[in-house]
This record gives sequence, structure tokens and C-alpha cells, in this order.
Amino acid sequence: MALVKDILESMEYGPAPEAAGEVLAWLKARGRFGHFINGVFGKPGKTFITHNPATGDPLAEVTQGSGADVAAAVAAARAAQPAWAALAGHERARWLYALARHIQKRERFLAVLEVLDNGKSIRETRDIDVPLVVRHFYHHAGWAEMLADEFPGAEALGVCGQIIPWNFPLLMLAWKIAPALAAGNTVVLKPAEYTPLTALAFAEICAEVGLPEGVVNIVTGDGETGAALVAAQVDKIAFTGSTEVGRLIRRATAGTSKKLTLELGGKSPFVVFADADLDGAVEGVVDAIWFNQGQVCCAGSRVLVAEAVEDDFVARLTARLAKLRLGDPLDKCTDIGAIVHPVQLARIRDLVAQGEAAGARLVQAECQLPAKGSFFAPGFMTGVHPANPVATEEIFGPVATLTSFRTLDEAVELANNTRYGLAASIWSENISLALDVASRIKAGVVWVNSTNLFDAGAGFGGMRESGFGREGGREGMGAYLRQPEPKAASEAAAGALNGAPVPGAPEGPGIDRTAKLYIGGAQKRPDGGYSYAVAAGGKTLGLAPLGNRKDIRNAVEAAHKASGWGKATGHNRAQVLYYIAENLAARASEFAARLAEAGGEGAEVEAAIRRLFYYAAQADKFDGAVHSTKSAHVTLAMPEPWGVMGIACPNAAPLLGFVSLVAPAIAMGNRVIAIPAQSMPLAVTDLYSVFDTSDLPGGVVNIVTGNRDELAKTLAQHDDVAALWYCGSREGAAMVETESAGNLKATWVLANRDWQGQGAQGRGFLEHATQIKNIWVPYGE
Amino acid sequence: MSSDAKTHAFARNTGVPLAPDWFEKVAVNTPAAVRRSESLAGRRSLKKEWQAAWLVNAIRCMDLTTLAGDDTPDRVARLCAKARRPLADHILTGLGLDSARTGAVCVYPTMVAPAVRALAGSGIPVASVATGFPSGLMPLKLRLAEIRYAVDEGASEIDIVISRALALRGEWSALYDEIAAMREASGGAHMKAILATGELRTLRTVYKASMVAMQAGADFIKTSTGKEGVNATLPVSLVMARALRDYGAKTGFKIGFKPAGGMKTAKDALAWQVLMMEELGRDWLRPNLFRLGASSMLGDIERQLEHFVTGRYASSSRHALA
Repeated sequence: MALVKDILESMEYGPAPEAAGEVLAWLKARGRFGHFINGVFGKPGKTFITHNPATGDPLAEVTQGSGADVAAAVAAARAAQPAWAALAGHERARWLYALARHIQKRERFLAVLEVLDNGKSIRETRDIDVPLVVRHFYHHAGWAEMLADEFPGAEALGVCGQIIPWNFPLLMLAWKIAPALAAGNTVVLKPAEYTPLTALAFAEICAEVGLPEGVVNIVTGDGETGAALVAAQVDKIAFTGSTEVGRLIRRATAGTSKKLTLELGGKSPFVVFADADLDGAVEGVVDAIWFNQGQVCCAGSRVLVAEAVEDDFVARLTARLAKLRLGDPLDKCTDIGAIVHPVQLARIRDLVAQGEAAGARLVQAECQLPAKGSFFAPGFMTGVHPANPVATEEIFGPVATLTSFRTLDEAVELANNTRYGLAASIWSENISLALDVASRIKAGVVWVNSTNLFDAGAGFGGMRESGFGREGGREGMGAYLRQPEPKAASEAAAGALNGAPVPGAPEGPGIDRTAKLYIGGAQKRPDGGYSYAVAAGGKTLGLAPLGNRKDIRNAVEAAHKASGWGKATGHNRAQVLYYIAENLAARASEFAARLAEAGGEGAEVEAAIRRLFYYAAQADKFDGAVHSTKSAHVTLAMPEPWGVMGIACPNAAPLLGFVSLVAPAIAMGNRVIAIPAQSMPLAVTDLYSVFDTSDLPGGVVNIVTGNRDELAKTLAQHDDVAALWYCGSREGAAMVETESAGNLKATWVLANRDWQGQGAQGRGFLEHATQIKNIWVPYGE
Repeated sequence: MSSDAKTHAFARNTGVPLAPDWFEKVAVNTPAAVRRSESLAGRRSLKKEWQAAWLVNAIRCMDLTTLAGDDTPDRVARLCAKARRPLADHILTGLGLDSARTGAVCVYPTMVAPAVRALAGSGIPVASVATGFPSGLMPLKLRLAEIRYAVDEGASEIDIVISRALALRGEWSALYDEIAAMREASGGAHMKAILATGELRTLRTVYKASMVAMQAGADFIKTSTGKEGVNATLPVSLVMARALRDYGAKTGFKIGFKPAGGMKTAKDALAWQVLMMEELGRDWLRPNLFRLGASSMLGDIERQLEHFVTGRYASSSRHALA
């Protein structure tokens, strides 16, 4: 028995455990869980045991989902979907509101259950996870209500397969299910193998509120169950998890026309400038990498600190580290709980050992680790050079790396020296500097003088190999909706690629015309030295260069050099687009004749000019938003160009197809490598002189003619190309999606269409030409 | 002197020459400070015996205060009686403690003599506000004279107010000189420098004023007079705690901290102690380095402790008035 007198000497905190009796009784009563399909829990099948990582004790048995289970769940979701989508937005809003309310009424139950299953601290589940879950359902009840007004004409996708990770089990469920249901989709969700219990509790809540059967289905299991879900007849896969699995899913869904959003790994920079509030930044590190045991995809795991304050910062960080309390996650004084599973613990230990072997020094809290359970004392590593494995590999544990920088430019370079691009945290009291760096770091979410801020009203998601798509906010809703597709038109024949001379087709009496490639603003002969005959109606119209891999490589390099284009104002880009239109108009009859010669339509020219005007108009108008999130926070949603992107153009409408795709891309600030219509590239090669006279900076548009699918494949496999649009064959589309898995570039596969029609232009093109960066700027003095 | 103070004695701050580079470039980000102070309550929790002990500790660290225009010697004597015996006997017994007393009694200079009389033999020091409290807008000569008067009357702690005008105008050298003169006038009495943070407004200014006061020789830095529109807040306390930590890292001197005004509940008492423990450490939970400037807080603490001892919710009408 502790005596007040003794405590007055020690001033210890003492135990403050949250009671788990209610939850344990529930687990005992349920014992073994089946799947939740069509509104009811089925009989348990082959089960596995989920454990409390803080003790190793078994918690419950859950069923390993089979292919048949997944099929049954998808069938239930499919059957329920039409009626769910047919409900008025207000009706769906009522259901989402009911879910939000019920989760709120079960908040402590869910918070405790999450602690038991995941090992994270009760402080976090109680103060962060569950409140954010509730907020997410309320927010999306609102989107359901407003859907018809805010997304006119949009339709639900159908059945969504959703696979979520173990680090924020219930929160990730909310991020997936709330927008899907709001949009009129039904879902089959697979929680992580390590942490299925809150999803099962959520299923009971669905039953408790009487949600229509089949709208939410929960199938438990491991990666094989997930793979079965990916392969099932669903219309979308939404996945949060590792980049490795994301890549597999990208390949598995390639060519299936399943929509895909991926929220993957990260190695996010946490940049501390010399003028920062150092104590504030230290606290930021606590909320970044010592949050949820560092098992956070967007954790600021790479601390970059200005050399001028490095020693001071390290001293403060070391002192703060000593104050962290590790232990029973149900204790209200615990900062660091358990690692989710012994497998993860082993992985953390291994990576940290590798980092030390490579020369880094580990500064670790001197915590007494509990006798059982999976625990890892928090810390950070100094002397981490960029070549150290821990500088690039996601540790996914409570260990940050610390690297110093000298200048702002070096900080940005180090920050971007990663294959990932999920989040970034920037600490400086200079708002000009902070926003400059925010604009230059490649990350989907940037927090200024803060870290790990989340809100249902803001988009969250990554760039590069951190995935694509956003969750939360308007941009997140867009990922669960589709605009009706324009009617697909059949693809025109690609034509032969004959590199040998074609005798018997005499040129006219004029001077021979030579089409070349267009790279970096200059006409270049193809690397291979081959050309192919472009023919129409049995007549050879001329020769076009047969571009190859090296030409694509050169074009990508040229595009990267033209980085000023993305920084130009929308107004400047509009001026260039207008000027291209003006110069094209001046030569309209020439272009019309060229198209007519090839059996095409002269009307393409006039439509191309109109299209250029449309995207010139949009260049300074398609802009972002300020999201309504927390008070005294500005949350900017800024559309940013991908950077360097590839565009494989349709064979039909050789001029208009090209302009319809390239114009929106460059209007948003992208630099493109375009592969024009293989059958008639001459309509585009004639444009070089138009570009040259229109002030288009060299390298913004690069054109490589030749075998479209082969060149597209090279682009898809190119790690320094951020996005790829493809309009062509089904096989080509599948190839592009498969090969893009290498760097997880965003792909957009468009069906060929009537390029004179309405479906050939619009905001949709601009949305595909950009990705949203959310920048959080808390304010107050 | 309490046994605590004897065991944990340390060298008194001598002050250092004014060093503006210690504070002029230091940044304080307000949203980050607010976030830290708001999350602290969720990060630490005290239950049962531990909560009781921490509440008793708050009493030990309390400057039981009366600073009203209608203070009289008798009113002050009543307060002193409560300072000697802050908890009813049955609560004390229930807690397993032999005795309890507050850290000090804090009064106006003219009330020092009655307080000293009332506290005779208790070992409880008398703190006096001085220097034209609360506004400080009196000629320096008179402010210094007031300190000497209070010391002569028997005050062993002097709570001075700084010139807000000098801080707001960034006249750090002038502010330093004034505070150094006050420290000199205080002599052997410990000096607490009240920054009146509610009037300094920004946390950056609070940090700078804290550093100047310590450089000029303050033994304690204190948030407020209790008379400003905004008195002790957690973000302000966080910044002051960090300032005195930084000063300690540079000089080796331990400076005390006293939040004052606006704290009324037992919950507040715990929140501020947790802040001390987390930002500074165990030493700052002793009365020689931590004081809570409060008056009504004691009543709430006594009620909470009675509940701990008896299991029944208490009524203040059954406890002795302060």
C-alpha cells in the first residue's frame, strides 16, 4: 500500500490504469468471430488468434477469410449497392450521422479495445484516434447530404474493396468507409490481421444502428484474404499499407479498370531551421516519431536540423527523451506503448542494428522494459549519412534519424532525397522561408511548425512511392465518385512501322520535308537513325523518326531541365497557350490540308484552337482551397503539377487528340514527353515551328514519335517520370499500369473518344494533371 | 526553514551581466506552446494516493495570499491561521501525515507585521508584494523604499513587479538595472519578479522579460499579480519554465517559478505541478523552487482530500475559512 508520506518524497505518478473489464467481458462473450457479411456475423471458420501485444495474451479468435468468404461479401455488397446509391443524399447522411453518434456513445469501449489489440496508449486512442473517427463520420454525413450539389452528375463507383493497416485500425476504417458510404458505394473491408477487433466492434455498431444489410461487410484474414479481395469483382481498391504490397496491388489490378488509391509508406522529413522555436520543435519530434511507437506512415522520421543549432537541439531532444514513459498502454501516464507484434519488433531491432553498423549512434531512452510484451525504447540516431540504410528505409518504430544541413537549399535537397513523398514538417519562425520550403518539398501533406495534424476536412495522401489519391476533404470524396465516362470510340489502326525504304512513292516537286523528334526545344534526329513511312490511303505521306528508349531518356532529361515552367504564373502559361493557338490559327489551312491528306478531318484544327483557349483560360483559374479544419489553422489545398509526365496519344484525331491531352497538362505546369499518334505523327511534328514561335520554353513539350506502346512502356518504367496518361489499346493500358508499379507513378488510362465532343475537355483533365498538397499553417502570437 | 529547504539547498542566483543574446533570438511559437500545454493534461494522470500526495504537495508549495484593499490585521491573522493548519485534523490523520503548512503567506507591506506576529514560531515565511504593486507605476526611489520597508517589517520574501513599459518598449538595459536595484534592496530576502504576463501579451516578450529578470538576480520568476486581465496560464508558465531551464543550463543557477492568479481548483494544482515535473523535474516540486500563488485553490484541495479520506463528497462549509 502506497503511503502519501512516501509519495511526497518521491513525487512519482503512480499507476493510473484505464479499466478494461467491459471490453474483456465482451471479448469473452464473443470468443470466436466470423465475418460480418450482409448484416450478420457468420459462423467462425478456420480461425487465428489475435493477441494483446503489451502482454502477449490471446484476446480472441477471428476467422481467416477464404476466397469464398470474400466472394460472398462482395456479392452481398453488390446486391446492396443499387438501393444504397439510390437513397437520397439526405438518407445516407442520416445513416452516417447515426454511425457517428453511436461511435461517440461507445468511445471509451472502442478506445480500450484498440489499446488491447494494437498496443498503442490509451491517451492516443482516447484523445486522438476515436475523436478523429467520430469527426470523420460526421464530416462525411455532410458530404452525403450535399453530394448532388457539390458533385453534380457524379456517380458512386459501386463496390469498394478496402484493405487497412494495423497502425490506426479504427481510424483507417473510418477514412475508408465514411467517404465510400457517403458517395453511395458499398464496401467490403479487410482489417489488418494483427488488429481486427475494432473493425468487428464497428460491425456490431452497424448492426446496432440497423444499417441496411450488405452496405458494410467486414472480412478478416491475412494478406491472402487481402489478395482475394483485390482479385474479386470490385470496382475500386483502396489500400493503406506498405509500399511493397501497394506495388503488388498496382500490378494485380492493372488493366482491370478497378479504380485504385494507395496510401503507402514514408520517410518524412522533419526540418528544423536555426530560427525555429527549438523547444516547440522538440515537442514536435515527440508528436512525430514518438507517437504511436513510431508506427505512423507519415511520421517525421528524418529529422533534418540546421548545423547552427544542432548541438543545442540534440541536447534538448535528449533531455526530452528521458521524460518519456514506456509501459502498460492502458495506463494514462504512458507515452510509449507496445509495438504491434513481435515480427515488427524484430524488424525494428534489425534496422536499428544495421544503422549502428553503418556508423550511426543510437541515443535511446533508458526505460525499464516490461518483462513481457513487445516493447522498444524510443530514441533517435545521430550521425546518419544519406547512404545509411536507416536514412532511406522506413523503420516504422520509435526511432528517428538526425542529419544536419547547412543551407536552405541543402535542407530541401535532403528532404527530397527519398523515394517517398507522404508528409513533411517544417519548423521556422520565418513564414516566407517556411512556405518556400513547403512549396519545394515533394509531399502530399506539409505541416508548418506542427506535425501529425489530421482532420476529416483536409486531404491526406502521398506523392511518389507513398502512393496516390487523397483521403479526407473534397479531394477524398472525389476518389469515391466517377463522372459518367464519355462514349468510347474504337481506336484507329496504329499503322505499320516499316524502317526500310518504300520505293515507288515519289515526292512532289517541292523540297523534301524532314520530321524529327522534338526534345528540349530543338529538333533532334532519332538515336537509332531509323525512320518509318507514314502512309494513308495507300500513299506515303512522309517519313517520321522511329524513336527509341534513348530518345525517351533524353526527352525526360530535357523535361526535368525545364523546371521553371512549373513555377511560372498561371497567367504566363496562359499567354503561351494563347500564343500557340494564335500561331496555329495563322497556319490553320496548312494543318487542315495535312490532316485531309491523311484522311482526317480539317475541323480538328479549329477544335484544337478552341481547346488551347479553354486551357489557357483555366491556367490561372483551376486553383486550390482553404479547408475548414481546426481553429487558428490555415489548411491550404494546393493543386501542384506532377512535374514530368508522359502522354501517349490516341491514333484517332492525330492533332486534336494530342492537343486535348498536352494542353491541360502544360496549363497546370507539367512538362511532358508526348508520343503522338503512331499512325499520323506528322500532324504533330508540324507543330514544332508553332511552338518555337510561341515562346514555349524548350523542354516543356517533348515529342518522340514511333512505336507508341513500346515508347509508353519505357516511360512507364522510367523512375523519374511522375505520371503517365495513356490513350490506346486495352493491352497497352494494362501494360502501362503494370509497368508503372516500379515507382508507383500515377496513371490515367483514357478510352479513345469523340475528340470533338464534350467528353474531350474539362476539369477532369486538370484534376488528373495535378495532385493536391495540403499545407497546414497554425497561427497565433 | 523547512527540512526540505535544508536538504535541497543550492547556491542563490547572483545574477549575471545583461546578456541580450541569450534571449533576443529565441523564438517562441505560440500554437506549439499551446499544443504542448494542452496535451500535458492528457499525458499524465494522478489517481488515489498519488493524487492525494500531489495535492498535499501543492499546499506545501502554496503562497496563501490576500491582496485586497480591505485587508485588515485580523483578516491577515485568519489567513495565517489557515496557513498553519491548512487541513482539518481528520483529513491530515486520514492521509497519515503529522503536519502540513503552506509555503508562505503573501500580503501587502503594511500587513507584513501582523502576518509575522500571527505566524511566529510556525516557520512559515511572510512574502510581501512591493514596488508599487500591482502596476509598478511609482518612482523607482519609492519602489525601492517600499522593499526596504517590507524587509524591515519582517518579510523574508519580496514579490516585486517589473515595469511593463520597459519590457513592451524593449528597453532591456533599463529593466535590468531596475530589477538589479530591487534585488539589492531585497538584501537577504528572496526576490520574486512578477512579470505581469497578461500585459506583456506575447510569449516572446514573456521569455525575454524572464531572462532579463534572472540575469538581474531574481530568485523566482512569477507570472502575474492576480490583478491583470489574464493571469497565470499554462502556455505562459511553459515558456517561463523553459526560460529558467535555459538560464540554469547557462549559469548553473536554479531559479524558482511561481504562477499566480486565476488558478482556483485542485485540478489546476495538479496541472501546474505536472508541468513542473515534465519540463523541469523533481526539484521544482519543492517550495524552494515552486510556489503557487493562490487563495481559493486551498479550499478546493481540502474538499478533494476530504473525499479521498472519507469517500464522501465534501462541503466547504465544514472546513475552516482561509
